[in-house]
Amino acid sequence: MAALSTKPHSHGAVAPVTSRAEHFTSYDVNAFEVPGGREEIWRFTPLKRLAGLHSGAAATGSAAVEVNAAEGVTVETVGRDDERLGKAGVPGDRVAAQAYSSFENATIVTLPGDVKSEPTTVTVTGAGVDAVAYGHIQVKASQFAEGTVILDFRGSGAYADNIEFLVADGAHLTVITIHDWADDAVHVSQHHVKLGRDATIKHTVVTLGGNVVRVTPVVQYAGRGGDAELFGLYFADAGQHQEHRPFIDHAQAKCRSNVVYKGALQGEGAHAVWIGDVLIRVAAEGTETFELNRNLILTDGARADSVPNLEIETGEIEGAGHASATGRFDDEQLFYLQARGIPEDQARRLVVRGFFQELIAKIAVPEVRERLEAAIEAELEAVGT
Amino acid sequence: MATLEIKDLHVSVVSEDAPKEILKGVDLTIKAGETHAIMGPNGSGKSTLSYAIAGHPKYTITSGTVTLDGEDVLEMTVDERARAGLFLAMQYPVEVPGVSMSNFLRTAATAVRGEAPALRHWVKEVKGAMADLDIDPAFAERSVNEGFSGGEKKRHEILQLGLLQPKIAILDETDSGLDVDALRVVSEGVNRYKASGEVGVMLITHYTRILKYIEPDFVHVFANGRIVESGGRELADVLESEGYVKYTGKTEAAALS
Repeated sequence: MAALSTKPHSHGAVAPVTSRAEHFTSYDVNAFEVPGGREEIWRFTPLKRLAGLHSGAAATGSAAVEVNAAEGVTVETVGRDDERLGKAGVPGDRVAAQAYSSFENATIVTLPGDVKSEPTTVTVTGAGVDAVAYGHIQVKASQFAEGTVILDFRGSGAYADNIEFLVADGAHLTVITIHDWADDAVHVSQHHVKLGRDATIKHTVVTLGGNVVRVTPVVQYAGRGGDAELFGLYFADAGQHQEHRPFIDHAQAKCRSNVVYKGALQGEGAHAVWIGDVLIRVAAEGTETFELNRNLILTDGARADSVPNLEIETGEIEGAGHASATGRFDDEQLFYLQARGIPEDQARRLVVRGFFQELIAKIAVPEVRERLEAAIEAELEAVGT
Repeated sequence: MATLEIKDLHVSVVSEDAPKEILKGVDLTIKAGETHAIMGPNGSGKSTLSYAIAGHPKYTITSGTVTLDGEDVLEMTVDERARAGLFLAMQYPVEVPGVSMSNFLRTAATAVRGEAPALRHWVKEVKGAMADLDIDPAFAERSVNEGFSGGEKKRHEILQLGLLQPKIAILDETDSGLDVDALRVVSEGVNRYKASGEVGVMLITHYTRILKYIEPDFVHVFANGRIVESGGRELADVLESEGYVKYTGKTEAAALS
């Protein structure tokens, strides 16, 4: 990582490194240099459009956090000094550290142990046009808890946050994050997932709206038997930048991960970036992992960058693989459907819906599924016209 | 009485550098009730003829006409051609991931019939049609052609033929890659469709074996981008014993020995 070669790491290494294992992390924003755009982790991101989130912009407002909690789920608003915060992971880039250094209040949502809870929805509304805000959310699934949390981001402004998912031993957490921002919004977000022994997370990121949305989900395992499924679904329109950077850090034995991100792009300047990092450390024997990214380019002028990185430090694994493909709309599929009498616009919709179907089918909350289907339909209204 | 009329059709394909002419003046008229076998060696342009009629974007019509009951087919979009009553059973049916066969069939039937078929009748109709072709009902919930074997794909092409009931059906090497049982099942499907009404069939094939199941009224030999000889059923018998050597100058069998 280019940025790291010039300064010491927390553990003292100074040599230029490329391994994800050496990735620098810190709670302190000042431990990071202001990125200039050439750094490996920033080279795809349009820094000029970040409203200063990367260069020290002070908060000028705050995002509204509203929680519609299911029965048994507790919601707390706490100050930044609450000692429970920051346990799921350490900020991995300057914007995440800025958010960690800047938020005033955090929201802690706790799912009760040993029971199954109904879905809880957390709605975050941006501070408004031209406003800058920072936030922090922690979702805790207690031991043997089972439940779903939906994080719904809306509104305007620039917003950076850290979201922690602490999944205790034997708990099963389903998370659906929906970025349905207004056209002006900028959102840079790091997700920190920490999985206990035999804990599972099904983590879905949906990105539809916003000027720039950059999400970095990081998964760490605290014990063996952890299982992380990371799904992503995005639809980039003209001028939108959508960046997803999942990182799975396998440091425990007998854990599993599966990453599937799919995106469609249309319009001039639509840009999707997917950087999928998987690291299997020496201790992570018996790991099973696969990551996949697919991009469907619907029109000229759209661009997708897709980089899967798989680092394996032990040979004692069950399996590891990755796949990435970016393709134009498949004219043969279109021809086949049209040759059966189906009009072109309808045929296109069938193909795109089909492309996302695998992921939409995995969303267990019917309202969210319907909302996504409707959103994709709405996006497709503009295709090919 | 539907009539497909092809006159002096010239078709080119855009290859890496220059356009290459593949069809060099095809004349053929197919009327409802008739079955025309188009037989020819590999690379003679048989499949190009079928794709050009269906409107595949890869092919450019440089001259000639194609009309269906006097309507200019070449002016129509691909889907308009299908709705006008043309059907192409493809040699290599395309996989469409994430779109279930049942959704696809219903969408196609709705488009071709001009209204959504009543659900109750439709379910029964599809089930019956699948049973006729020995297709496991589980295929209805699978993605279109995804992971299907060659024979399963061909059965589904004929399934669509039966459900969409076109006026003119073009079967592009529907027999290729089929084992004996599958060939029989698929041929019976075509014969059922023929028996169901006044329809015209263009049966494109390399080999004579499918003609043992589907009786042709006319046999045309296709070589070097055009029809070089036409006749009745007996012409197929000649091809069966002599192959295409007479037309191509090289030995290529029309029968599986």
